[in-house]
Amino acid sequence: MTTTNGDTAAKTAILRMEGIRKEFPGVVALDGVDLDVRRGEVHVLLGENGAGKSTLMKILSGAYTKDAGRVWIDGMETDISGPRMARELGVGIIYQELTLIPELSAAENVYLGREPRRLRTVVDRSRMIADTRRILNDLGADVPPAAPTRTLSLAQRQLVEIAKALSLEPRILVMDEPTSALTTRETQSLFAAIRRLTARGVAIIYISHRLDEIFEIGDRVTVLRDGRHVSTHTVRSADRRELVRLMANRELDEGISGGTTVRGSELLRVENLTRQGALENVSFSVHAGEIVGIAGLLGAGRTELARVIFGADNADGGRIFVRGKLQNIKSPRDAVRLGIGFLTEDRKAQGLVLGRSVRDNIALPVLRRLSRLGVVRRSEEVALAESYVRDLRIRTPSTSQLALHLSGGNQQKVVLAKWLGCKADILFLDEPTRGIDVGAKQEIYALINKLAASGVGIVMISSELPEVVGLSDRVLVMRGGKIVGEFNRAEATQERLLACAVGA
Amino acid sequence: MGTLGGLVILCTGLWIATPHFVTASNLVNVVQQSTIIGVIAVGMTFVILTGGIDLSVGSIVALAGITFGTLVQANVPLPLAAAGALIAGTLCGAVNGALVTIGRLPPFIATLGMMSVARGIALMLSDGRPISGFPAGFRSLATGTVAGIPAPVIIMLALYGAAHFVLTRVRLGRYTYAIGGNEEATALSGVNVRAYKTIVYCISGFVSALTSLLLVARLNSAQPIAGISYELDAIAAVVIGGTSLLGGSGSVVGTLIGALIMSVLRNGLNLLGVSSYVQQVAIGTVIVVAVLVDMALRQRASLPTG
Ligand SMILES: Nc1ncnc2c1ncn2[C@@H]1O[C@H](COP(=O)(O)OP(=O)(O)OP(=O)(O)O)[C@@H](O)[C@H]1O
Ligand SMILES: [Mg+2]
Repeated sequence: MTTTNGDTAAKTAILRMEGIRKEFPGVVALDGVDLDVRRGEVHVLLGENGAGKSTLMKILSGAYTKDAGRVWIDGMETDISGPRMARELGVGIIYQELTLIPELSAAENVYLGREPRRLRTVVDRSRMIADTRRILNDLGADVPPAAPTRTLSLAQRQLVEIAKALSLEPRILVMDEPTSALTTRETQSLFAAIRRLTARGVAIIYISHRLDEIFEIGDRVTVLRDGRHVSTHTVRSADRRELVRLMANRELDEGISGGTTVRGSELLRVENLTRQGALENVSFSVHAGEIVGIAGLLGAGRTELARVIFGADNADGGRIFVRGKLQNIKSPRDAVRLGIGFLTEDRKAQGLVLGRSVRDNIALPVLRRLSRLGVVRRSEEVALAESYVRDLRIRTPSTSQLALHLSGGNQQKVVLAKWLGCKADILFLDEPTRGIDVGAKQEIYALINKLAASGVGIVMISSELPEVVGLSDRVLVMRGGKIVGEFNRAEATQERLLACAVGA
Repeated sequence: MGTLGGLVILCTGLWIATPHFVTASNLVNVVQQSTIIGVIAVGMTFVILTGGIDLSVGSIVALAGITFGTLVQANVPLPLAAAGALIAGTLCGAVNGALVTIGRLPPFIATLGMMSVARGIALMLSDGRPISGFPAGFRSLATGTVAGIPAPVIIMLALYGAAHFVLTRVRLGRYTYAIGGNEEATALSGVNVRAYKTIVYCISGFVSALTSLLLVARLNSAQPIAGISYELDAIAAVVIGGTSLLGGSGSVVGTLIGALIMSVLRNGLNLLGVSSYVQQVAIGTVIVVAVLVDMALRQRASLPTG
């Protein structure tokens, strides 16, 4: 047995899952998967989008019931019948898709259903808020504990989810892509929290498509592919290329490179854009064929910038020129008519109509183009959806599958398809590869480069610095609602961008 | 489809229970009686699919009917009077839509207000008295038949056919579902959500006015107190038909079956000599059971996701 810190006594098995099987209509999500997790380790689950990682974890957390297989916790065989039982067994989970109630505050969400009470009756609000603030501070999270969570950014909501899971003090904690919306700074605080937990013997099951993280925090890694267990390794002895090959079942090149850029005419120019408390005198321009990256930390105003230009939020001042003409963009509809597209970061709340099919979602922004006299031309719609399902390798039994039933990464691909297909001239991409696996990222980078080469001007907001550095012709760095730096391709390195973003 | 199964079971039960249910004239009667609620429920389905509700349909039936009666009494030609009624109904819908989209009122409140206002105007216009005596030509809208099928039934079926086409194939229909499924994502896709929501309330007002014409033709009288509690029957038909009150999922085919179930149930209970008090209990129970069964079937088909 290989251990990472020699403390063998503490590293006994806490969880064993054997022969787990789960079928959905038309899909075998898990086919005889084994997993064993030890006390105090960080066990990474690795696999492509749709490999079955989340499904396996939902079985452990009682959200799904398994079709076959056995589960032991602390050596005792258990039949987890529901979320409540899982919690009693000490299993905590941070779901991939956030589950907070938007109208409740962070504190109320964290303590939902188990609020601290005074004299067993009145909810002790001040204690609830104080406790939540303490947990959030431990995470280095800048989140107001009493504000309704609908007012928080995606990253802040993710941090509240993490705080909620931590406050339950689980013995086994599942984290399903906890960092997909976080920047480097919050990720590091999360890792510090993970280390404190594992030192106390808590077992962490960690899912992420960011391979760097796996090497930084992981002890062992289990690779899943097509719902099957492929192999389990200690992270130290694992080779990165080999892991990628095991999960994708083919050789993959992880390098990111931008295409050759022919910079065309100016498509978008923003002058002194200001929005109270969010943006201050932001000015920049985007040319045809150019990829402009926007880097920055949580709360730097990157998403806000895109929302204001797109007409989703109002500006308090400033001017926007599209193709040289001053425009007053009052709503997303105005923006779309001007040829502007905006892929939002929060796919569940703002990107997808989850209860509709993959096809309907992809066609939504372009229905006007796909219809004659108001009647949608089905063959063209099907052709559009199928071409993207093929190009982005969206894993779905058919284009009429509900978006709800796709894995997180595949949902993200649907949102991407929606905006790639809309033929916008100016495309804002907010965290376009959030939750997307290593292989598919390459295909998406290629598509983004191809779009740029065809003359589209792209603004890419991303918390993954390698992606920003690799793809962008130019990188703007934001801090506190302002643009604080601009780097061309030769100047932009991860270190420089980060230093500029934190204000060092 | 669970609802269709419910209708079949209900009809089979009545067939066994009473010899008077399955006769040509009774079956035609049942379908004919479903037309009033059936037509209103088409508009209600659109509204509920967007996640809204329209409580004003019954009052719009009264107002449009009185508008029609007043115009006919003033010797306005029939087609123009009918157009006037349809315009009045559509305008009420437009006001509802504006209150919901521009005024940002919850649909429940906006249409609750319209429910009272439209009824009040109908009473004012008519001085609280019914307007009676319409030309025979107009009344054939209710009494006429084509190939043995009553005209209202043909009108209703044509309306359902058109609504089904719109919901499945036309952009308006797609947006209706998308708005109900996720309004924010739909708006961020560049869809003019306000305009489409307003259109949906206009449709509801329009079909309510159409209902008023059918009703006036049937009763040979326009009444300011017509249509009371129609909104509840229409909502019941939509919900029994499997459309979610949260919006985003459902169909008019379901609604048609829902309207038929309500009509068959009333008819059957009458045939069995059940008192009208007990009928209310039975109908209420059926609504609740139908929705419970529908939810259970859905639960099995799609599991929750995290
Ligand atoms: N509720 C559901 N109904 C139908 N199919 C489902 C459902 N949930 C998951 N699936 C399917 O099961 C497979 C595994 O999904 P899962 O969410 O476990 O993938 P994953 O490994 O977590 O992927 P990702 O990296 O994209 O999050 C996918 O093909 C998915 O489409
Ligand atoms: Mg997943």
